[in-house]
Order: sequence, then structure tokens, then C-alpha cells
Amino acid sequence: MSNPASKQGLARDCYHCGLPVPVGADYFVLIGGAEQPMCCPGCQAVANTIISTGLDQYYQYRTDLAVTPKALEEELLDELALYDRSDIQQDFVTQLENQQAEAIFLVEGITCAACTWLIEHQLSKLAGVEQCSVNLSNHQLRLQWHTEKIKLSELLAAVYSIGYKAYPYQSAAEDKLQKTENRNYIKRLGIAGAGMAQVMMYAAALYAGAFDYISGEHRDFLRWVSLLIATPVVFYSARPFFSAALRNLKNRHLSMDVPVSIAILAAYFASLGSTLLGGREVYFDSVCMFTFFLLLGRFLEFRARSRMDQSSHHLTRLLPDTATLIEQGKQRLVAIRDLKPGDSIVVKTAQIIPADGLVIGGQSSTDESHLNGEFIPVAKALGDTVVAGSINVEHPLTIEITEVGQNTKLSGILRLLDQARATKPPIAQLADKIAQYFIATVLVLATGVALAWTFIDPSHAFWITLSVLVVTCPCALSLATPTALTAATGSLQRLGLLVSRGHTLEGLANISHVIFDKTGTLTTGKLRLQHIHPLGEYNRHQCNHIAAALEAHSEHPIANAFEASPLQAFEPRVHPGQGIEGVIDGQSYRIGRPDFAFNGITLSPPENSDRQAQWLLLANDTAPMAWFQLDDELRADAAQTVEQLGMLGLKVELLSGDYSNNVANVAKQLNISNYHSGASPMNKMTYTQALQTEGAKILMVGDGINDIPVLAAADVSIAMTSAADLTKANADAILLSSQLSHLVTAIRHARKTHRVIRQNLGWALAYNLIALPAAALGYIPPYFAALGMSLSSLVVVMNALRLSKPLAKAVTPEPSKPQTAST
Amino acid sequence: MEAIFLLIPIALILVIIGIVVFFWAVKNDQFDDLEGPAHSILFDDDPTDSSNKTNATTNNSAKDKPES
Repeated sequence: MSNPASKQGLARDCYHCGLPVPVGADYFVLIGGAEQPMCCPGCQAVANTIISTGLDQYYQYRTDLAVTPKALEEELLDELALYDRSDIQQDFVTQLENQQAEAIFLVEGITCAACTWLIEHQLSKLAGVEQCSVNLSNHQLRLQWHTEKIKLSELLAAVYSIGYKAYPYQSAAEDKLQKTENRNYIKRLGIAGAGMAQVMMYAAALYAGAFDYISGEHRDFLRWVSLLIATPVVFYSARPFFSAALRNLKNRHLSMDVPVSIAILAAYFASLGSTLLGGREVYFDSVCMFTFFLLLGRFLEFRARSRMDQSSHHLTRLLPDTATLIEQGKQRLVAIRDLKPGDSIVVKTAQIIPADGLVIGGQSSTDESHLNGEFIPVAKALGDTVVAGSINVEHPLTIEITEVGQNTKLSGILRLLDQARATKPPIAQLADKIAQYFIATVLVLATGVALAWTFIDPSHAFWITLSVLVVTCPCALSLATPTALTAATGSLQRLGLLVSRGHTLEGLANISHVIFDKTGTLTTGKLRLQHIHPLGEYNRHQCNHIAAALEAHSEHPIANAFEASPLQAFEPRVHPGQGIEGVIDGQSYRIGRPDFAFNGITLSPPENSDRQAQWLLLANDTAPMAWFQLDDELRADAAQTVEQLGMLGLKVELLSGDYSNNVANVAKQLNISNYHSGASPMNKMTYTQALQTEGAKILMVGDGINDIPVLAAADVSIAMTSAADLTKANADAILLSSQLSHLVTAIRHARKTHRVIRQNLGWALAYNLIALPAAALGYIPPYFAALGMSLSSLVVVMNALRLSKPLAKAVTPEPSKPQTAST
Repeated sequence: MEAIFLLIPIALILVIIGIVVFFWAVKNDQFDDLEGPAHSILFDDDPTDSSNKTNATTNNSAKDKPES
């Protein structure tokens, strides 16, 4: 197939996933009457499946591009077949009557609502599928099918064929708890919202009536109705505040829940008293409104948190579910949990290694970047150790298992996590600190006022004490922080920073150090060809074509750094850990490690000879031809971000698990003077804690599993969106956009949020200080107190809303700015 | 003005009915996905194939479904 677009090498994006189509790629699919370019066979296969099943509307419906799928392989189908075994099914499949079964799956790759449409339609076309629905919020697929008519593996293969991955989902106890809590929140909000609307209507009538001489009969009727509605709002919707306040009091700790509870209860019971005894004012409307808004803030915080938690419950998803066991010379697929030390397993290319072990057969390299931050895969040969969670890159390996489950290195890192959490410095929450003093003061004052008035004029004592309590109602004070945080969290989320812990914004405003991980954080974690240094008669262009033709036969990540070549190499032979050789136009070439490519004389790279890992040598039979320098590509906006963080007065440091000189190199390019390489997860954690004991407040930005302990130890932690699920689950926030410069915007916004919170608290305190003496002296009638209370709350809310304005997306970095010494 | 003695109780009854329906809906998974349904209404249920099983089950999984 020839198409002008591919020949001219026009930069086009894949119609399915949006990645640039590599030059020379020739994949097209007829969609809606036009030939659309595809970037890889995977996308092509998926798009073909979608079109052939008549679901091409997916492309009209979608609002986001799809995730780049992998081509469906035979091995995958073998693995899926394992799910048909009843002993494995019993863990997650519920058998219903009439030979029907139901199970829940977690689907990976859902980007927008059209994905759920596509999956539902693809599955419901299959005979035997009774019901299927995909939940866009938590990416869960609920399937009900006839076990007689269709096999589970066929269902899963159908999901894979349209470019998604589905894993059986075992609902953990926490998930169930979360679901119940979510529903409770929605119910409470419903009651509070409906109650608020009703009571405010009656309150409008009562306020109007106060000036218009409403008859006592009507007034009492409206009060009783308001009481009737406010009662469930207080005792059902506001209950979480009361239980939290009680818990805090038991722990001898005054949090904001305490004044909130007192305010709600005091206002409610004062109104109840008024209604029963024919008093002057009722505050049912304030009670309902107050409850609704506070509850809304809590609900939003809860939702953000539970979205993060969802991924953390699936630690085991990091490991493959199945492994190929070798038993008496025969291969057999088994579940991971059945593996024991001493077993021999085969790990195929691109599979995750399920347990720690020793290589007993084959040669390959493994990608351990998530575990130690080294971005270049490590060569593994006979007798080398491999660790669970790393990815086998090149060739199948036979491994004898030494440690499984809890004893693996991966689990070891996770155990550090608990240690880090235990010592994490708490972030001082301003509102809580103020609340401690405020609530104590108000209670003492109210008691004093009540006592004083009992001596002066007992008949007024109750109403004046009530006025004091209402006027000092900490509504404004307790709304001050949550409203500001809710507004700021919302605008940051639109920017691409998902904040999951309530204290994150307050912590972010006060940090003094920003510590970056290197691989995957400051860099993209992908290799890029930086520099070609020809040695002989061939020019740079020719060398590049020859090298690319050779690399086309390798699965090593280094190969991805080369573009498609117009040349073709014959008789390719890949030497794991060494390089590749092949024949082009009758001439044989080798590329790889210098001693492999050309073993005549020892050669050293043009500069920094100790950086072997990143230098490849290309040679023919007679002479070396060119050096290729490969580097982990810096993110386009890394330099700009580091510079701007410095301008904000923050100290920027680099803490990497990578041993290579590359760390120093990256630090130099970014102007980071403080950097550490070769840091183990433990080193990272202790280094951070040492800084903290000197008073530093640390923001850690990372992505690897080796960063988890340090993320937990830092005052505030942000994970990149490419990070492992587990890492994301342990960070305070996730940078969804992969744009580092958003960090700067986020820190600025956090500081602004901090200012708004202080303004709000200041205003609320000032209002209370002025109103309190007046109320204590009996000058403020309760209805006036209620009005003032509402107005002061309104000011606070309006001030907080300033934070929800859309944030200017950070300045787009100049993409062409050279950040390396390439020539 | 005497009308309020009749109208407000009627309004209250309506609110109570509304709340009961709301609670029923929450209990039956209607509020478990707060994002998907907003979009799914825009998609055709049945693109080309008329023999396609109706799949209007998004989020209104029947109430006889066991809690997983």
C-alpha cells in the first residue's frame, strides 16, 4: 500500500491514539470513507476491529484519544485461557442461577465516555452476554454471562481486541466501605440540599413577616414546618461532623469539627426553644445551609481521595497474574500465588518478572527503572539475579525463583513505606490551630456571660447567652478553610494537578525545598538519540540509516531511539547485552558496545569516556564508523521549571537512584547544584528526613516505586502521571498533564490559597471580636446576630471563589530550545 | 393566607416522596457513576445492528442484582 502522505513523510498523527506516525510507517484504516493513518499495527488492528463490528461511531463520540494498544498476541490468549479454570474463577466470579455468572473487571485504557460506549456495545454483541455495563467513574466493568454459551476468556479477548485491558477485580473490604460511604454522602447531601431549599423558602416568609406583622399563628406554623425539615438535616446529614467531633474530643484534640458541631447544635436547639416557647428568632435556614455547604466540601475531598485509593488496593496488579512454570521439561501456566522458591519459570519478552530469582537460562536485559531509577535496562546473563516487578526487555529468560511474595525486594520497598509514614511531620493546619483557641475562648466567654447576666437580670440571661453563641457561631471561621481549599483544588484539577489529600495545598504553600527524582520525572524516561559523531568517510546521515536498519531488529529500548530506516538489514543477529550485527548491501555492520562493534583496538567515546552506557559504536568489518550518543530525554519544560522554582525562593535538588554520570549531567544542564546519584529508596528517605530535622519543608516529585518511601516521608509529594499505580496512590497529588511547569503554577496558587485562607480567618475573627462584646452586653438581638452570621459567611465564600478562576496554563516551553550539547 | 395550612403540608409530602425516590435511586446504583451517564445520553444506543441486544443497562442494573 502506498500513500502519498507516508512517502513525503508528512508529520501526521495516528487517527486512533494521536501519537505521531513514524516516518515510513504504512498503516491505514478506512474510517468513515477516508483512509486514516495509524502509527502501529496495534492501532491498526484495534481500529479494524472497531470498524468491522460496526462501531465506528466511537470515533465521532469520543472526546479524548485512545491509549495506544498493543497487538494481540497468541501468548495473551493463552494467559486469558487461564481465567476459564474454575479454581481461578472462584476468587472473583459469582455463580447465579440458570448457568449464569457475574464478575467485575477493572478496565485499563478508558479515556472518555465513548470508551464505555464502545466496550458495552462490543460485548453486548456477543452471544451469551446477558448484561454489561462500564462505570466511567471507577472504570469497572460489570459482566453477566451464560457460562454455557461463552467462555470468560473469549469475553476478555473481545475487550483486548478493541484496545483495552481487563483484570478481574476482587472487591476488597475497603472498596465496599468506600462505596457505602459514597452513597451515604450522596444521601446526606440530598437531604441537606432539599431541606435547605425548603427551609430557606419559609425563612424568607418569616423574615418578611418580621417587618410585616405576621400573625402569631402563621409564624408558629412556619416555624414548626421548618423544625420538621431541619431535624433530619441536623440528625442525619450533619451526623458525620458530630461523630468526628466526639472522636476528636476523646483524643483531647480540638479540631474544626468541634465548633462546627457546637454551632449546628446550638443554633438548632436555640431555634427549637424559640419554636416551643414562642421566642424571638429561629435559625433553621442557617443550620441547613451551613450543613449543606460543609458537607459538599467534605464530599468533594472524599471523592478525590477515593479515586486515588482505588489504585492502591490493586498492588498485585503490578505483577502478572500468571507465570509459565517449567515442570519436568514441560511448560505450564500457573497462577503467581502458586509459585514457590525453587521453581523454574520462563519469562517472555515484555513480561513483568513475578518474583525475585536467578537467571538459569537465556540472556536478556531487564528494565528496573521503576525500582531503582536507572533508565537503561540492565543486561542479565546466566547466574545474575533479577527482581520482582522489573520488565524483561529482550529475550525469554529462564529463572529459578529465590523469593516470592512478602520476601521480594518490591515488598521490602513497600515495608519502608510504613516506616516513612510513621515519621512524617504533620502539616500544621491553620484553621485547626485557631479553632483550638477560639472554641475554648467562646465556651469560657459564654459561660461567663451567662453567669454575669444571671446576677444582673436572670430573665434575659438565656437570650443573651444565645446571642453570644449565635454571633460567635464559627460558620465563617469554619467555612474559611474548606471553601478556599475546595475552590483551589478545583482549579488545579482543571490545570492537570489532581490533589488527593486535604492538607496538600496548605503544605505546598510553605515548602522550602523541591526534590526531584530524575528518570521519568525531570526526564521522560525514554531514550533519545542526541548526537552522532562520524569517525570515517561516512556522513552522519548514512551512519544513522545504517544504525537504524540494524536497530529495527532489536526490542531493546535503545532501538526506539532510532527512526525507521530506508535501508534493510539482512541476517540480523542480536547479541543480548552487546549489540546487533547485520548485512546491508553485502557489507556487514555491527552496532553496540565498543568492544563488540569493533574489537581491533580499544576506542573511547569522544567525551566523558566513563559514560559507556549511552555511547554506541557503529562499525563495519574494517573500521569504526560513528559514535551514537543516547540520552534520557529531558522534559521540554524541565529547565524552565527549575529556574522558576528558584525564582520562587525554593531550593531545588536532584535525588536519583541512577548510578550513572547522567545524573550529574542532568543536574548540570538544569543548573541544579545539589544532586545525589545512586540513592537507594532507604537513602532517599533518610536524606529527606535529615533535611526535615534541619527545618526544611520538602516537596518530593517522583514516579518510581523506589520513590514511594521518600514520597511518603516528604511534607508534600507529587507523582507523575506515568508513575506506577502504587506510587500514585502514595502521593498527595498527581501531575496528570506531564507538564512540569504546572508545578510552578500550583505552588503559586497554593500560596495564593494560603493568603485567602488567612484573609478569611482574619475577617471571621475580626467580625467575631466586634460582635461578641456587643452581644455579651445585650445590644444585639438574635435576629440581627443571625443576619450578621450569614453575611460574614457570604463574604468568606465569595473571597474563596476568587480561587476557582481558571488558571492560566503555564507558558508553553519553546520546544526547539536545545537543552543538550548536541551539535 | 389560610391556604398555607393546606399547601405547605402538600409541599412537604411531595418533598418526602422526592426523597424516598432519591434514596431508592441511590440504593439501586443510579448514583455510583456520576460522570458516564452525562455523556452516554448523547450516544446512539444501537448504531447499525438492529438485532443488537438492547443494552440500556448502563447504571440501572436491575434491583434484583446481588451486591458483589
